[in-house]
Amino acid sequence: MTPSHFIDRRKNPKGKSLGNRQRFLKRARAQIKDAVNKSLRDRSMKEIDKGEKISIPSKSTAEPRFRLNPEKGEREVVHPGNKEFGQGDRIKKPPKGGGKGKGKEASDSGDGEDNFQFTLTQDEFLDIFFEDLELPNLVKRSLKEIKSTAWKRAGVTVSGSPTNMNLIRTMRNAHGRRLALRRPSTREMNELKERLFALERIAQPGAEQIAEIKDIIAKLEEMDARRRWAPFIDPLDVRYNAFEPTPVETTAAVMFCLMDVSGSMGEREKDLAKRFYMLLYLFLKRRYEKVDVVFIRHTHHAEEVDEETFFYSRQSGGTVVSTALDKMLEVQKDRYSASDWNIYVAQASDGFTQSGDAKRCVEMLNESVMPISQYYAYIEILDERELEVFSDADSGAELWRAYRTFAPAWPNFAQTRIATPSDIFPVFRELFAKDKRQAA
Amino acid sequence: MEAVAAKPEFVFSDSDWNFETLDRTLEAISDIALNDLKLDIYPNQIEIISSEQMLDAYSSHGMPLMYNHWSFGKHFARDQAMYQKGYQGLAYEIVINSNPCIAYLMEENSMTMQALVMAHASFGHNHFFKNNYLFRQWTDADGILPYLAFAKKYITKCEDEYGFEEVEAILDASHALMDQGVFRYNRPPRLSDADRLAKLAARAKHEETTFNDLWRTLPTVEEDDEEKEERQAEVRDIKLPEENLLYFIEKASPVLRPWQRELVRIVRNVSQYFYPQKQTKVMNEGCATFVHHYIMNELYDRGQISEGSIMEFLHSHSSVVFQPEFDDPRYSGINPYALGFAMMEDIKRICEAPEDEDREWFPEIAGTGEWREVLKNAWANYRDESFILQYLSPKIMRDLHLFAIADNAKESHVEVSAIHDERGYRHVRSRLAAMYDLGIHEPNIQVTGADLDGDRILHLRHEVQQGRLLTDKTKDDVLTHIETLWGHEVKLEELSS
Repeated sequence: MTPSHFIDRRKNPKGKSLGNRQRFLKRARAQIKDAVNKSLRDRSMKEIDKGEKISIPSKSTAEPRFRLNPEKGEREVVHPGNKEFGQGDRIKKPPKGGGKGKGKEASDSGDGEDNFQFTLTQDEFLDIFFEDLELPNLVKRSLKEIKSTAWKRAGVTVSGSPTNMNLIRTMRNAHGRRLALRRPSTREMNELKERLFALERIAQPGAEQIAEIKDIIAKLEEMDARRRWAPFIDPLDVRYNAFEPTPVETTAAVMFCLMDVSGSMGEREKDLAKRFYMLLYLFLKRRYEKVDVVFIRHTHHAEEVDEETFFYSRQSGGTVVSTALDKMLEVQKDRYSASDWNIYVAQASDGFTQSGDAKRCVEMLNESVMPISQYYAYIEILDERELEVFSDADSGAELWRAYRTFAPAWPNFAQTRIATPSDIFPVFRELFAKDKRQAA
Repeated sequence: MEAVAAKPEFVFSDSDWNFETLDRTLEAISDIALNDLKLDIYPNQIEIISSEQMLDAYSSHGMPLMYNHWSFGKHFARDQAMYQKGYQGLAYEIVINSNPCIAYLMEENSMTMQALVMAHASFGHNHFFKNNYLFRQWTDADGILPYLAFAKKYITKCEDEYGFEEVEAILDASHALMDQGVFRYNRPPRLSDADRLAKLAARAKHEETTFNDLWRTLPTVEEDDEEKEERQAEVRDIKLPEENLLYFIEKASPVLRPWQRELVRIVRNVSQYFYPQKQTKVMNEGCATFVHHYIMNELYDRGQISEGSIMEFLHSHSSVVFQPEFDDPRYSGINPYALGFAMMEDIKRICEAPEDEDREWFPEIAGTGEWREVLKNAWANYRDESFILQYLSPKIMRDLHLFAIADNAKESHVEVSAIHDERGYRHVRSRLAAMYDLGIHEPNIQVTGADLDGDRILHLRHEVQQGRLLTDKTKDDVLTHIETLWGHEVKLEELSS
């Protein structure tokens, strides 16, 4: 017999290391944030809300120990696998850092220059990603809720539909009433009846027995009467489950994506716009319980489309930006009343529109769009060469200049220019940074 | 179940395990381990865990109870990343030097692997822990789990009382000195000495009361006179130079508060507990591997496991003892499993079927046939360095094609100082043994003085051997940590002896 036994620990809580993991993340916060931001720039947006492999400089979380310097002094090391060496052979050292076949230094020992690699979960990633970001004007309107209602249990009532009858409560009431009113039970009556039948079977009953028969019959009649006015279940006993409509508060936002899809917007431009939309969507999703997205593309006329069409199909035609605004207002009036929804609009364009149209856009924004919108972001997608040309914020394509003039009146309006994927995240941060100043 | 066509004598016939087959297999294994190999073991506590739990256990030194610290979270994050990306499998087993001896089996393992792991951990490592002189003298299998429970609770309380940052600062600094926080030569006081345990209990109780009342109102509470006197007596007893930096700091630091000293002591005790493992990697793994190899083969010979099972076993076994050569990209030093297993198999061979060469090198054991006794004696009385020095045979050196390289940093060439030939055997053997001598491997740093009544500067000395100085990259960081604990200036000189 061995003094051994098994214990099944599989049901024990796992994740014992989570606490330590949190401590580690907290410790390396700054480095992790840098790494997250860096990794974002070149990443496809489809992967954005997946967990992310992160690599941070190991120095930030080094665990230093005294170590001997491998580049100083003398040492002798034994290795396996000799093939052609003989005693006394001299071998030229590999150029610096090569290490004479010595084992590589583990990267966690604290003295390696290597980076420390690990994987962030989706939640950790997004938390860090959106840290310091705040929705502009969140206070102003975000508390607006949709007044939808849900039925909630609210005790029992005496009226209702049969499907909602509460059997337990009903039977309990009935039982109590029956006891209180001394309703004769079926068993009692059966006993009497049996006795009666027994007596009646006697061929020649004596006087005593006849009296008993009469007595029983009288009793039975009385019991029957009693049972009639104290029924098994009385309408008084019946109870129904009650439901009450209660208002449920949900915060909801709708995000309008407006994009110019005319010939001048190529794959690159659309890709950049998409990344921006995705960021905004993810961001809103973390702030609101419900987020709807409406895709509106336009050339010289605008239409609402699905996501696939929005990003991947092409259309030819002129460019009239105001049509998109028209369409947006139409959809909004139709489905997203400003009192129930937080409205976000993100517009992407290469900045060109039919001459004179920019003015109309500004009018529409001023009069109809901005008053109902929580936030309006306009991004202009340029190529890198143009970005240099337009380094001055005041110069630019027609739409840009038109927007510049009216932007100061609306703190919840932002416009910016991007040229490469690496621009997007900084711009995004700038737009939503907690202590956002009016964009310069 | 009975209808299954499997031969009835197999202890298991399916690759899935269940508790019934585990029981039967354990019984068969322990029959071989106890009655054939005559191992001497602690009672076994074998725990079945999931792979997530294995990852958890991994990152905190494999201990089921460990205090909280961010560095364990870091190791966890790395292990998890490596595991999920498939760069690294999980170890098949973790075993803890405790009484009872706790070993973990992963639920994903096949039945054959469970048998291997039980033979390896619950008998091989277990025997080694219980019998090797280093573990017997320097660790306390009975006391370690209660002690870690105490440490975890204590540290949590300190965090509540003094804040994460305060506690973390002390732990970070103490961790930096873990390698210098052990007694190498004189035996440390055992954790479970009766008076030590009583003291521990008293201390815990003391905290119990003081944490709640006294310390809350008096956050800067100092030790009382009696405690201070006791501590200073201990400081006076320290004979300089002192090799255990953590011990010296814990006792003599002018600035640490009592709870901070306790934290330093916890780190020091943990470090001391693991010190024997660092010195016996080759022997410990060799012993466990030898034992599992013998037992699995014996099970097969007795007809208790199937052919398929022994093939699966051999596949795992050969990857465990695989030794890449120095020019192989997979090479990262000598595999302790491979070296230890090869040497122990070789001892068995020398005892049973020696060649002339073996009779010349190992006259006292060659041909005696008493390999069980020879091995058990080795497992009990040697550590890696002395074991290699004593038992590395020319045959192993030839098999592994061992060669020694002398490297002087000042020169442009390295020199092959010896190879596996008649002229080189003894040199290769002594060099290989020296690689496992922690005294050479790790910097030898000692406290040489601290004028506690004067300038309070802590003087440290690195005894430089063969010109091997400390690496600058970490030196300053560690010194900063020491200053955190010492509270005054710390000076380190590097002296060539």
